[in-house]
Order: sequence, then structure tokens, then C-alpha cells
Amino acid sequence: MAIRLEHVEYKYSEGTPMETEALHDVSLEIRDGEFIGLIGHTGSGKSTLIQHLNGLMRATGGDILYNGESIYREGFSMKELRRHVGLVFQYPEYQLFETDVFSDVCFGPKNQGLSEEEIRARAKEALELVGMGEEYYKRSPFELSGGQKRRAAIAGVLAMKPEVLILDEPTAGLDPRGRDEILGQIARLHKEQGITVILVSHSMEDVASYVDRILVMDHGRLRFDDTPRRVFAHCRELEKIGLAAPRVTYIAHALAEAGFPMKTDVITVAEAEEAILCTLAAEQGK
Amino acid sequence: MGQYYPVQSPVHKLDPRTKLFGTLVLIVALFVADNLFCYLLAAAAVFGIIAVSKVPVKHILKGLKPVIFLLLFSVIFNLFLTDGRVLVQFWIFRITWEGIVRSVLMAVRLIFLVMGTSLLTFTTTPNQLTDGLEKGLRFLKVVRVPVHEFAMMMSIALRFIPILVEETDRIMKAQTARGADFESGGLIRKAKALIPLLVPLFISAFRRASDLAMAMEARCYHGGDGRTKMKPLRYRTADRAAYGLMFLFLAADVALRILL
Repeated sequence: MAIRLEHVEYKYSEGTPMETEALHDVSLEIRDGEFIGLIGHTGSGKSTLIQHLNGLMRATGGDILYNGESIYREGFSMKELRRHVGLVFQYPEYQLFETDVFSDVCFGPKNQGLSEEEIRARAKEALELVGMGEEYYKRSPFELSGGQKRRAAIAGVLAMKPEVLILDEPTAGLDPRGRDEILGQIARLHKEQGITVILVSHSMEDVASYVDRILVMDHGRLRFDDTPRRVFAHCRELEKIGLAAPRVTYIAHALAEAGFPMKTDVITVAEAEEAILCTLAAEQGK
Repeated sequence: MGQYYPVQSPVHKLDPRTKLFGTLVLIVALFVADNLFCYLLAAAAVFGIIAVSKVPVKHILKGLKPVIFLLLFSVIFNLFLTDGRVLVQFWIFRITWEGIVRSVLMAVRLIFLVMGTSLLTFTTTPNQLTDGLEKGLRFLKVVRVPVHEFAMMMSIALRFIPILVEETDRIMKAQTARGADFESGGLIRKAKALIPLLVPLFISAFRRASDLAMAMEARCYHGGDGRTKMKPLRYRTADRAAYGLMFLFLAADVALRILL
């Protein structure tokens, strides 16, 4: 279930003086079961890019292939594509509209025309996946807390059983605990259900500790497409485009510059801890 | 009406009150006009202002599109329902010489009206417009019309239009991603399909309204009394000159009507 982008280009208000290029020659491939982080500064084209992946926006140039088939081909069913590629928008709680949580989660599967039992089963499963028990089913989505609302909204997309799940800043505006819960659940989904996940974020810490591949966008161009370790090795270039490596990477660099012989390609707190302990042990061993 | 056309021109720089009054003068003049010379004068005035305003004529003519239907309607009615010297007659239809003259003049009058008013919105930002209305209509406060409050409501409403449009777009996309279908189906299905769009939209509008109210209170907003402006409206030489021209124009218009 791979998605391949070939020289995708998108221009706003093409052919007018206000024409602006939001995507420029983006080529990449999203393979099955990957956990991808998409990072970039505000206005770098991240949101535009992900809206192309399920056909909400139409590229003004280039092609997008889903399983080797162009999604712009005559007769290609966008509805079908959207069933396979689930997109959770920023602040997804703004899309909640039903009178209770359960019915809201049912909206997606209902639109797919499934049977009543199947719809209920899927909604149940999706709510379970985001850690919402039966006590929430009959509550109004509008009386939930921010984190709960967001989980309900994510469940609304999960209930459609997408093979690819794209989340646009799923942790924006949440407290640290809510953030960890959401990210933890997404990571579990990836591991247990084998869903391909694309996580859009500008928090390097979030991205570094979960994903196994990072895409960096800048001014509508794809700047880096590599493993987190290798991408964060370019921390100077990242800074130039308004991004940064995780803070622990800087600490490791600072320690190395201060004369401690330690490795600098650490990207998570756990790795940094290990590296520092390792260096300390070596120092003491002398 | 057209959206603000951002260029630098003497018309753009005029005080919004001057432009509002000018639009009023044009409307009056067009209704006073009843012969060819009056219309020629109005045409000279309208095209003269357009030339000075640097807004492309094509752009202004585009603004006529929404009123084409109204225009045709009034032309057809005037053409067939005016009594006078009959030129052509077939079945129950009758075209008279007076009908032709009247419908042409009516069309010209309407076109100039729309052009004049859209010229106002092309050269004045909504904010300037509400400022101008507020100050220009301040005298109504004497009869207890809450002018400031109306102006504030108007500017908030205008400010929120683009925000709500964006929000609609966003919610629509989010629901489309969940398989919602806003296009197909009959009228009832289409109306039903709007629920997932309208509910979140209303909720967000109310939320924004209460946030805004809170933010205004936090900044000690207490109505218009004693409130000062960062950029107070002040008449300049150009405005005085514009008023002079308006007066001359109106006088000439009335004179042409009476004398000819």
C-alpha cells in the first residue's frame, strides 16, 4: 500500500498575480508500515503536502500514485482513497458534531456504507484504541476535556480503519500528559495494528523518540528525507530553516566541545543518558 | 460590491467620509438627471474618478456581473410597459420610442450607480468605511441612535467573514476526510449532509465571539464614550477640494436639468 509522489507541485491562485508556490518538486515514497515524522516551519508546506495524500487538494503539477495507480486518473475513486488514507486535522475536536461520542465516531464508518453491527463494532474498537471506555460513549463530545475531545476525534478517523494514518500536529495545545498519552497511543497503533503513520509536528522531541524516518519541509521543498539520527546530524542547516535538533543533541554537542569524549549523535533522553554514563565510566576507569 | 483594491491613489487617500458623501451625491445626481447632458456629465464624473483611482476599468466592470439580471429585468419592463409612440408591435408586445429611451437611461443610471458604489468599496477598506460611517453619522447620537455600537458591530462582522470562510473550508475538509459527501444526493440529503458542517461551525463561531468579548473586556472596552482613535479622521486639502468638486457637479447637474 505504498504512496508515491512524483515531482508534485502546488501553486495557490495559479495564473493570477497572487500566485504562490506552496509545494515545489516534491518526490517521495511512503512505504507500508513506516512511522514517518514530517517537520517544517509554519508555512513550509507540511499541511498542504498531507492534504494531497488523500486527494483533498489537487496538485497543479506532478503525479501521486497509490499502489502504482495515479489518483488523478479518470474514474479513480477519491472516496475509496480517503477510506485507506485517514487524515486527522489540526485541532480535530473542531469537527465533532454529534450528540454523543459514540455516534460521532460512527460517522466515518456510516459514510462507508457498512452494516449497523459493523459500524458499532468499529466504533467500539476505535474508542478502545484511543483508551476511551464505555463510560464515555453516551457523553456529549462538548463536555469532555481537551485531551479527551482530541482522542474522540482521532477515534472518529480510526473507525474508518485506514491503512495510512496522517496526523497534523496531534499534540498541539495539549498539556504534557495529554501529549504523552496521545503519542503513546499512536505509537502503539503503529506497532500493534501495523498502520503506516505520518506524524506532522514541529516538536523535535516528539518526532525523535517515535518515528523511524523524518521528512523535513522548507519553503515548499523537501529538504531532508532520512533517519532521525542522520537528519539531526545536520543541526546547523536545520537551524537555518527555523528548526532545531532535539535539545539533548545540543547538550551532547556542548559536552563534546567542552572536552568530554562522548558521542554526539544522540537524539533521545535515554540515549543521552547512556552516552553520558558511558563517558563517565570511561573517565573513572582512567 | 467589490473588495478593496490595494493601490496608492488620491482617491484611496481621501477621507472615507468624503467618499461616502460623494457616493451619496452621485446617487442624488443620477436621480436628478433626466436628459442626455446630465448623463454625459455623470459619465465624465464616474470615469474621471475611476481614472484618478487607478483601479482598472475592467476590474470595475467585473463588479457589474451580479446585477446583470436586475439590469435586464428593469430594461425589459421599461421597454415593453411604457406608453407612447408605437414603433414595433407584435402579439401582445409593443415597443415605443419612449420605452427605448427610458430603458436605456434606466440601464445607464443603474450601471453608474453600481460603478459608483463599487468604486467606494474598491478604494476604501472596510475599517475605514466603518470609521467614516461612525464619525459621519455621529450627529444621530442626538436622537439616541447608538452609532458607535453599530459601527463596532459592523466592523466585527466584516472582520469575521474571512475567518468563518476559512473555518468552513477547514471543517468541510475534515468531514470530507471522514467520508462525508456534500455534493451528491437530493435536496433533503444535501441539507442533512450540512449538519456535520454547521454544528461545528456554529460552536466555533460562538466560542470565537465569547473569546473576543473577553479580550475586549480585558482591554477595558466600555463602549464609545470617551474613546479616542489611534488615527483620527481629519479632513485635508484634497477632501475640501473634493467637496468643492462635488458641489460643482451637483449644481451643474441640476442646472442642466432645469435649463435644458
